[in-house]
Amino acid sequence: MPAIDWFPLWLSLRVALLATLAAAAIGIPAAYALVNREFRGKEIVDAATTLPLVLPPTVLGYYLLVVLGRNSWLGGVYEWIAGEPLVFSWQAAVVAAVLHSAPLLIKSTRAALESVDHVYERAARTLGAPELEVFLRVTLPLARRPILAAAALAFARSLGDFGVTIMLAGNIPGHTQTVAVAIYDAVEAGEGATARVLVIVVSLLAVALLSLANRLTPRRAL
Amino acid sequence: MLSAKIKKVFPGGFTLDVAFEAADGVTVLFGPSGSGKTLTLDSIAGFVRPDEGRILLDDAILYDGAAGVQIPPQTRHCGYVFQNYALFPHMTLRENLEFAVRARKNLDRHKRVTEMLERFQIAEVASRLPHALSGGQKQRGSIARALLAEPRLVLLDEPAQGLDAMLRQELYSVLREVVRDFRTPILLVTHDLEEAMEVGHAMHVYREGRIVQSGTPTGVAGMPASAAIARQLGIYNLLEAEILALDPGRNTSRLRVGEFEVAGSYYPGHLIGDRVLLCVHPAAVSVHARNGSLRANQMALELEHVAEGPHRARLWFAGGIRAEITRVEWSSIEKAGEFAVEMAPHAVRLIKG
Repeated sequence: MPAIDWFPLWLSLRVALLATLAAAAIGIPAAYALVNREFRGKEIVDAATTLPLVLPPTVLGYYLLVVLGRNSWLGGVYEWIAGEPLVFSWQAAVVAAVLHSAPLLIKSTRAALESVDHVYERAARTLGAPELEVFLRVTLPLARRPILAAAALAFARSLGDFGVTIMLAGNIPGHTQTVAVAIYDAVEAGEGATARVLVIVVSLLAVALLSLANRLTPRRAL
Repeated sequence: MLSAKIKKVFPGGFTLDVAFEAADGVTVLFGPSGSGKTLTLDSIAGFVRPDEGRILLDDAILYDGAAGVQIPPQTRHCGYVFQNYALFPHMTLRENLEFAVRARKNLDRHKRVTEMLERFQIAEVASRLPHALSGGQKQRGSIARALLAEPRLVLLDEPAQGLDAMLRQELYSVLREVVRDFRTPILLVTHDLEEAMEVGHAMHVYREGRIVQSGTPTGVAGMPASAAIARQLGIYNLLEAEILALDPGRNTSRLRVGEFEVAGSYYPGHLIGDRVLLCVHPAAVSVHARNGSLRANQMALELEHVAEGPHRARLWFAGGIRAEITRVEWSSIEKAGEFAVEMAPHAVRLIKG
């Protein structure tokens, strides 16, 4: 049994947790807007949230490098505030994971919000509740199980990101090396035992998250 | 007081075009499903925007097509009791009621909710979630929740749907209580005539997106304006006949119904030889055991089917004539093989085809 460096796993869990929270913070309001609001450019926003699902991760990573790199405007602002560049930091891995998981979360949340019987929202409106209150006290609680299921899947997806992470955060052991990247590294370096252990741990984690998501999704009658 | 004039055209060909007023008491919108009743409620509540018209509630304009006014449901002060009650499934009954008075101060809110729970006899189950409530409790909870918001009008969509006879009676007494104690006008949608007559003070008959007759429920039920409405009410015998003789002096007439000759009253504006449609209430049809020859005005008809209720028996005769007689009457003649059917002349009315 080789001495395994668990840092990549802890880093991945931390990155995935922060990314899921961030994705939820962006995704739930975005899904609400897509379901309830009519605004100009709605189709563009809708398409933009689907694009990351179909683009190769390296392409996404490249775009992020361009937008958030040291020479970019956004990257400059970040560096000025944080005192260090965003790229090739563990925070960059969070950004990569958000981009990787948010589209899925938005899509599922949107479906969850749309599945809520509108009669409850109507009832709340006739009782004088403003739209935001209708959403927070009626729609969101009624959709919470499928949204939590979506969050569990988003967490799993954040955990497994490879392409975007390696482009934006790189592969710095003990600093930005996440578990997916570490497995690749271990295989490359011929450390089969390390790779196997990490693969099994990640697989078990994924299965656990999947069964949690399934349990949260209400069974529908056909 | 509600005053509504609503027009909405749908691409499928259906057009809703109605105008009516609803004052104190229960105003019933009566008609078959798909005739536009719920659409009317949804327009008043603000879920649906009409194409044209004007909806006024007391002194407030809820909708004005010409002026482009459409205020949101939140500020319309219309309580809505939905078909499936729409109690929030993730809140207890008490929380559901509290939602309606959430803007009030804690103590006041608690007092109002408790009062309402007690008045509607649902205080013991206040801590339950809606799925653990009985149908009657859900319904009272839903009405209580709507009333707590102090609406100026309560809309009820088929409230008795799916309730058994006892719960229906309970609902009707709750509604009468609401009318008496809260003085909130109620607009009730139903396709059940008994319900309309039981609770309604005024009634509008819907048919294919229009109001075809208005009046008191007993008035409409007693005097349908056309054969189509009579058919919709489902209570009358409608029989084709020919006028054989008219006597204004005695206020009588002779009519041919199929192969029989029967008596009616005098029908002004009609001529001998006119083909007309008779409208006769089944309770105005008497049935006798037939012994030998027929007497005047009697029709010898074959009995096709009998439905015995707890109080009355309903008899279906050949030619589509229905009679409703008491069980006592029925038991005295049920052994007879042949029947003579007679219509009370004063109850034989003519109706527009």
